[in-house]
Amino acid sequence: MNTMIRDTNLVFARELRPVLREPFSVVFSMIQPLFFLALFAPLLSSVSGLGASSSLQWFVPGIVVMSCLFGASMTGSNLLMEMQTGSHERSLVTPLSRPALLVGRALKEIVPVVVQAVIVVAVVVPFDFELHVLGTLVGLVILGVFCVGLGSLSYALALAAKGQDWIFWTVQQTLLFPLLLLAGMLLPIDGGPGWLQTMSQLNPLTYIVDAERALFAGTFDAGLLAAGSAAAVLVCALGVWVGARSMRAAD
Amino acid sequence: MVPSVVLMNSTSMIHTQELTKQFTVGKRTVEAVRGLDLTVEAGELVALLGPNGAGKSTTLRMLTTLIAPTSGQAFVAGHDVTGDPREVRRRIGYIGQGNGAGHQQRGRDELVSHGRAYGMSRRDARERAAELVASLDLSEVADRKVSTLSGGQRRRLDVAMGLIHAPGLLFLDEPSTGLDPQNRANLQQHLVALRERYGTTVVLTTHYLDEADSLAERVVGIDHGRVVADDTPARLKANHAGDRVALVVDTPGDADRSAARIGAAHPDAQVDVHGNRVNVRVAGGTFLLPRLLRDLDSAGVTVRSAEVSRPTLDDVFLNLTGRSLREGRAGTESSPLGVTTVHDLEVSA
Repeated sequence: MNTMIRDTNLVFARELRPVLREPFSVVFSMIQPLFFLALFAPLLSSVSGLGASSSLQWFVPGIVVMSCLFGASMTGSNLLMEMQTGSHERSLVTPLSRPALLVGRALKEIVPVVVQAVIVVAVVVPFDFELHVLGTLVGLVILGVFCVGLGSLSYALALAAKGQDWIFWTVQQTLLFPLLLLAGMLLPIDGGPGWLQTMSQLNPLTYIVDAERALFAGTFDAGLLAAGSAAAVLVCALGVWVGARSMRAAD
Repeated sequence: MVPSVVLMNSTSMIHTQELTKQFTVGKRTVEAVRGLDLTVEAGELVALLGPNGAGKSTTLRMLTTLIAPTSGQAFVAGHDVTGDPREVRRRIGYIGQGNGAGHQQRGRDELVSHGRAYGMSRRDARERAAELVASLDLSEVADRKVSTLSGGQRRRLDVAMGLIHAPGLLFLDEPSTGLDPQNRANLQQHLVALRERYGTTVVLTTHYLDEADSLAERVVGIDHGRVVADDTPARLKANHAGDRVALVVDTPGDADRSAARIGAAHPDAQVDVHGNRVNVRVAGGTFLLPRLLRDLDSAGVTVRSAEVSRPTLDDVFLNLTGRSLREGRAGTESSPLGVTTVHDLEVSA
């Protein structure tokens, strides 16, 4: 177990290093959610079904989950590159534990997500948004767990694509938008047709978004919290399992 | 590095039995390695030589735990590659065909994190990285992003990464590819020094004949997934190729007469005639030539020119397998060592 933690930490630190060396390169990717806040959120004021609080209060948790979804689902793209150049192969020859190669990479994706969340929240606090620190922190922990699972799935996808970019991006993009829209991140699902609501209920991300909305509002609703955590843990377990399996299969 | 599992053949660094790898491509099964038996003792420097697609890299990838054998066994550094891959990994170094360092990373960072992956402390890894950076002439570029490095610089960085933990057994897959002659010589010096200093066992694949010839004490020829030759370069050449004596005489008639006389006097020799040229492949060609010339002179044949060339490993390979080591050029060009093959002469005659 000690080795697993040490190895995961090594992989994590290595993945994070280029980001720390060139922090400016990620700043741009962090600006994207701000566009949604500036150019999309104002449209929500005329939309019904957002609950009693302000539209920002409803929208911000969604946008935080969205940036996590975008970031973590791209984990595999770094791997694609490293599979092509040979540095992935070089990692495989080291005694590093195999799950650590997976989890370390996925964990790294949490860092930009957290930084993004902090930026988004910092920007909206002066406006019509109430900050609940404890709820937000718990929300980020749940998101982190989900992130590891999604990152591992993305990693597995890169392995399955055998380093072919187009396969990876086609699958990633095809899955990304239905997941995003069906989770009610941008617009509420409640007013939609029945089939859409059913599909939304089958999307684990829906429960995470609902839990995040409650937590960001400072509400600790046991039911929502349990459903959200369960969804995150489920995705995490599935992701690591699939990832570890595909790493063995890639032999 | 005491192996935790003591095996009957624990003294051997590498021991394989019937090692086999099949790949399924569509509905076809390709046997890349077929029942390979190979033993390498500690301290040896072995070159796996063979044309592209012979199974060299597949063998290396099985020995380094990157792919699992379809059947058969391989013990590397005292451990089973399938049963105990982690213990194998701890004891070996590997320099693959690609770039080991991530292109988004800095060279020195990669060296240190690679060393840490082998359990080195941060301090040891840093010291060792500094040492390798200096000795592989990477000081100016070690702190730059790897993607900005030239091909040769990246290759040197790969070598440094393979050596960071001073492994007892080092595998190199086509290490010289992409290096200029100076850096190739530099790499070879490094390997030699490594063995002198640490007694490192080195196994490399190459299709540079001169590299195998000058560097390796033992050449294992691989073709179609099997071992076809296994000896020192000198003995392989002596036993499987022989010298080549090329004579030019006045007329094709003279050439035929000469060939008949040489063939009768030396039953071991392989004699070919092409126009007014006679090619003799025979052991000890340098000693034979003076006698041969006297004999032909007495028979009234005027020899215009005579040349003796030493065999190359390509000659050995061609003799053993009927295939040239240089893919796609089977016998249509002269070898880089200045010796033409039988096929060349057929083409040029």
